[in-house]
Amino acid sequence: MKKFTPLYYFLGAFILALLFKNSFFNQPTSKLDRIDNNDQVAFVEPIPEIISYNFDVKPILSDKCYKCHGPDPKAIEGDFRLDLSDHWYRISKENVEKQIITPGVISKSELIDRIHSERSSHKMPPPESNLILSDRDKQVLERWIEQGAKWETHWAYIPPVKQIPPKTTFEDWCKSPIDYFVAAKLEENELKPSKIAEKELLLRRLFFDLSGLPPTLEQMDAFLEDQHEDSYEKFVDNLLSSSSYGERMASVWMDVARYADTNGYQDDTERFNWPWRDWVIHAFNKNLPYDEFVTWQLAGDLIPNASKEQILATGFNRNHMITQEGGVIEEEYRVEYVADRTATAAKAFLGLTMECARCHDHKYDEITQKDFFNLFNFFNKLDEKGIIGYTEIASPKINVDHQALKNDLPFLNLPDSIRNVEVMVMKEVEDIRKTYLLNRGSYDAPTDLETSGSMPAVVLEFDAGLEKNRLGLSQWLFNKKNPLTARVAVNRLWQQFFGSGIVATSSDFGNQGTLPSHPELLDWLAVTFMEEDWDVKHLIKKIVMSSTYRQSSKSSKSQLTLDPKNSYLSVFPRQKLTAEMVRDNVLVSSELFVNKIGGPSVRPYQPAGLWKELTGGSTSNALKRYVVSKGGNQHRRSLYTFWKRTVPPPGMITFDAASRDLCAVERQKTSTPLQSLILLNDPQVYEAADALSSLILSRGLKSDKENIINIYRRVTGRTPDNNEVEELIEFYEYVQKNEMEQFKTKSRVEVKHRAYTSLTLLIYNLDETTQKS
Amino acid sequence: MEELNKHFLNNNRRHFLKKAGFGIGGLALGSMMDPFGLSSSKEIPNLKLGSLSLPHFAPKAKRVIYLFQSGGPSQLDLFDYKPYLNKYRGSDLPESIRKGQRLTGMTSKQSSFPVTGSLFNFKQHGESRAWVSDLMPKVSKVVDELCFVKSMNTEAINHDPAITFFQTGSQLPGRPSIGSWMSYGLGSLNDNLPSFIVLLSTGNGKQQPQPLYSRLWGNGFLSSLHQGVQFRSGKDPVLYLQNPDGVSDQERRMMLDHLAQLNEKQEKTFGDPEINSRISNYEMAYRMQTSVPDVMDISDEPDHILRMYGKDSFTPGTYAANCLLARRLIEKDVRFVQLYHTGWDQHDNLPAQIKRQAEDVDQGTAALIMDLKQRGLLEDTLVIWGGEFGRTNYCQGKLTDTDYGRDHHPRSFTIFMAGGGVKPGFTYGETDDFGYNIVKDPMHVHDLQATLLHQFGVDHEKMIYKTQGRRFRLTDVAGEVKKDILLG
Repeated sequence: MKKFTPLYYFLGAFILALLFKNSFFNQPTSKLDRIDNNDQVAFVEPIPEIISYNFDVKPILSDKCYKCHGPDPKAIEGDFRLDLSDHWYRISKENVEKQIITPGVISKSELIDRIHSERSSHKMPPPESNLILSDRDKQVLERWIEQGAKWETHWAYIPPVKQIPPKTTFEDWCKSPIDYFVAAKLEENELKPSKIAEKELLLRRLFFDLSGLPPTLEQMDAFLEDQHEDSYEKFVDNLLSSSSYGERMASVWMDVARYADTNGYQDDTERFNWPWRDWVIHAFNKNLPYDEFVTWQLAGDLIPNASKEQILATGFNRNHMITQEGGVIEEEYRVEYVADRTATAAKAFLGLTMECARCHDHKYDEITQKDFFNLFNFFNKLDEKGIIGYTEIASPKINVDHQALKNDLPFLNLPDSIRNVEVMVMKEVEDIRKTYLLNRGSYDAPTDLETSGSMPAVVLEFDAGLEKNRLGLSQWLFNKKNPLTARVAVNRLWQQFFGSGIVATSSDFGNQGTLPSHPELLDWLAVTFMEEDWDVKHLIKKIVMSSTYRQSSKSSKSQLTLDPKNSYLSVFPRQKLTAEMVRDNVLVSSELFVNKIGGPSVRPYQPAGLWKELTGGSTSNALKRYVVSKGGNQHRRSLYTFWKRTVPPPGMITFDAASRDLCAVERQKTSTPLQSLILLNDPQVYEAADALSSLILSRGLKSDKENIINIYRRVTGRTPDNNEVEELIEFYEYVQKNEMEQFKTKSRVEVKHRAYTSLTLLIYNLDETTQKS
Repeated sequence: MEELNKHFLNNNRRHFLKKAGFGIGGLALGSMMDPFGLSSSKEIPNLKLGSLSLPHFAPKAKRVIYLFQSGGPSQLDLFDYKPYLNKYRGSDLPESIRKGQRLTGMTSKQSSFPVTGSLFNFKQHGESRAWVSDLMPKVSKVVDELCFVKSMNTEAINHDPAITFFQTGSQLPGRPSIGSWMSYGLGSLNDNLPSFIVLLSTGNGKQQPQPLYSRLWGNGFLSSLHQGVQFRSGKDPVLYLQNPDGVSDQERRMMLDHLAQLNEKQEKTFGDPEINSRISNYEMAYRMQTSVPDVMDISDEPDHILRMYGKDSFTPGTYAANCLLARRLIEKDVRFVQLYHTGWDQHDNLPAQIKRQAEDVDQGTAALIMDLKQRGLLEDTLVIWGGEFGRTNYCQGKLTDTDYGRDHHPRSFTIFMAGGGVKPGFTYGETDDFGYNIVKDPMHVHDLQATLLHQFGVDHEKMIYKTQGRRFRLTDVAGEVKKDILLG
């Protein structure tokens, strides 16, 4: 190697100065100017002036370094951890002049040498890890060390504090404190908010969001005609008090609770937990505060003098899959059920990926394997079997019959033809077994480490005064000092309206999760939610009354360029309707819809033979044959569609419904040709097109244009413009002409009916039909 | 097909191709390669390219046909010849061999474990001198194309977790299947058909075969673009493929043109790039309406080919018919064809059951190998034949002179492969004289998966997907490429 001569030194300093100049002394220009329009992909987030450990540094360390230098002691290389600040200041083993990190001095920080090293044995992360630091990552780490390398507790573990909404130049636009937070962020990023959406689009958005259903023509007309300032608010209030609200909210909760009508493994036999589902609808409709809503589900049976309703609510924890496969090892599966409840509670209520700590300490978060089994312990105290018989409902369970309906559960809808159903619930048996930490999380490898019910102190100390059971767990969750519960809940609600949470990874608030796009807003919502006693309807009203929610979804090129993912909400994010909404829209617009709350799950149309192909077991398995429901039940809300886990309803799955095998707090958003095939050819869609065509013709003589507008509005919620009507008339006339040529004997009405059916089918297939714009 | 495309271009696609750069090649299946916004690009990604910068190195194979034998075929009656078991027939399996292997609930309470030799005759075949029993007369004739792995092993002892393990690398549900991973990583090879197709057939070996579940070809946490699409026998091979009664193809085309026009207008209003992918999905759906029935229609197959696959090949939905269909799909550049044949779960009455079951698959399997070979497709098509576990060397239930049953055996079993750069006429791994433990060259499920990916130029440790706070791969945290079975 060449000797380091003064000349090299000089050159080096010169280059360094040039680099510095570029990064530090650039004149501020508008963000848009800095982006080459033809090269959006190359746009790299600028490096902030002041580096935040939580927001800028830790995501890099966690993602690229923690795997070997993080919380999992078994994976640690070189006895060195980057998640602990006292390890940072260790003396370098390579050079005693240096520390791993020397605050303020890059040249004395081995970490910096390592990330720039070209030697494969020296370079960090090592090449074989397949982990690569970007140039930006490296610059962030350098600047952070220069600025003193300060440590902070993980953001999500610091209890939320309510801040006064910031000032903004877009004050006129703001209607709610929410808007101030959003507007300020927009300003910071050189973006502007959008004006309020057109009335028709806004109404449809609101209807789907609060009721899961589209508005009817009458409702649209009423809203369009009402010029009062409070007309929107009146609709909000009406929708929040309609029973469809509970159904809409429940359809989201079904994913979280992995609700299904079958047991899920192997021969996938039937279960009857629908009374629990109907309790959820009821609970949302009566606006049970979130703390009680969750406490009843987690620990209803442990509440002193628990009511039958509170016990029914605990069905939440029994929605997991259960096997009936002959020959399995019972304990293996029983442990699986407990682990499922554990992971579900952590994900649904705390936004923690606790399941990562089942086999070893968490590799990224400060959660140990012991923490996992401490939580596991809460769910391990019931007398349940690992394997059930073919027609067996797994214990513990309660009997729901007509008497129980009359006395305790009046909100349930048990048909006269059904005498009773058994519903799986939780029932604590305090001393049933001890919980040991299982090596590798495996049922047959218990260690001698006995665990007790507790929760990770890094989130919040599990108070000694709390009972070590699920009720104690609920109290810990809803302690107002708990930094996660409220944040996770409001984030999920936000996601329900805006398509993505303020923390985009709504299942993961840990080190590997994304950081909140609007941290102050998240905290404002969380604290407000707690202050207002976990009032869900109230919080939802705040959200939908905001300008942020009400703004237009039409984006301009500059908005798309500056914020391609619309993280800062300069427009309302256009979203795909959920699988349920896609079908329910078809049913409501054609008036085939049968609006009836609750009861046993129903079987709408599905292609013949699907169950038979994929269902084994003896003939005692009632689910080998799919029999379509009758008497209007085939046209019920999609929330009530029978969910067979091994063969889920194809229309639902194709439109990204969750599989219901495990707790899910987000759905995928995809667009596939299989979705197109359903909308084009599903007999349900065609039946609706046919029905709507009949409906239109039964209205008496109207012009084609009027009729087309009527159909269009019912289906899309919007009045088409003249160009659109012309395009549609062209197609309508084409079908009509064709039909007349082909079937000379058909009457004029028959021909018209056929043409309107085809036209309606086209409208059902429009992009805007399945969008919340 | 090409003619059909020309037809679209020349005739009815009046509005559709106006946009520059929106040619036929760009209309690949689907759009949202990136449902979680991992990439920052807003452009419509082309599925043909796959999501990752793959392959990592030069691939040897382009396509897979996985002939999954669901239920657990008895290696001891088919391929793993153990005369020792006949010699000591009826004596108790020594604990020194069993070594605490966990048992299923079906035999764990059995008081003895009588060693059970096969009632079927074994012979060596071909130049490779591979042992195959009388149960597979046609497969015996193609052994020189096959690579037997006699040392497969898995961790699961029950069907559901064991099949899930083979297909997704994890015993518990929720992970993407192999075909989904490949679609995600490598993209599609064609414009008219899905890249991952599933075919099912029911075996005759057993009255109530184990069921299968759609999650076995599910996309798990990957985009649902990568889910396996089941092709069924009958008039609707893909769900909702047929136009509603009375809607002509011409009307459908006209409707799609108007639909595209109206959707484009929306795109201008909202600036939502998703609308473009929606338009292209409708075109793909339309093309599938022709391409799927085309590929399913075997009337253009010559007699000698049909004869090769056997009389079953005339009956849609049989294993032989599915083998033929698999070849047709591969010819159309479908990347991953996953067959499942149920009925290999011979707990009792094994000799009678397995005879019928082997008959189901023998001719179709052999025909497929020969057919691919004669078309030059075997070279870059990897064929895999095997189940989720093997069967025990001891009898389940009562052992008689003419009858026996076998329980599940995860510790060692046999699969075979062909083509795709795997050594032909080769046997890898070995079990002990009892056919119970592996004594040489074990191949774990994750090893098989790693090796499969390797043949596609994919480093199994590098094909990852980040979700739920961690990086996932098909092979979880294990897997080793078994280079010994690969051609240099």
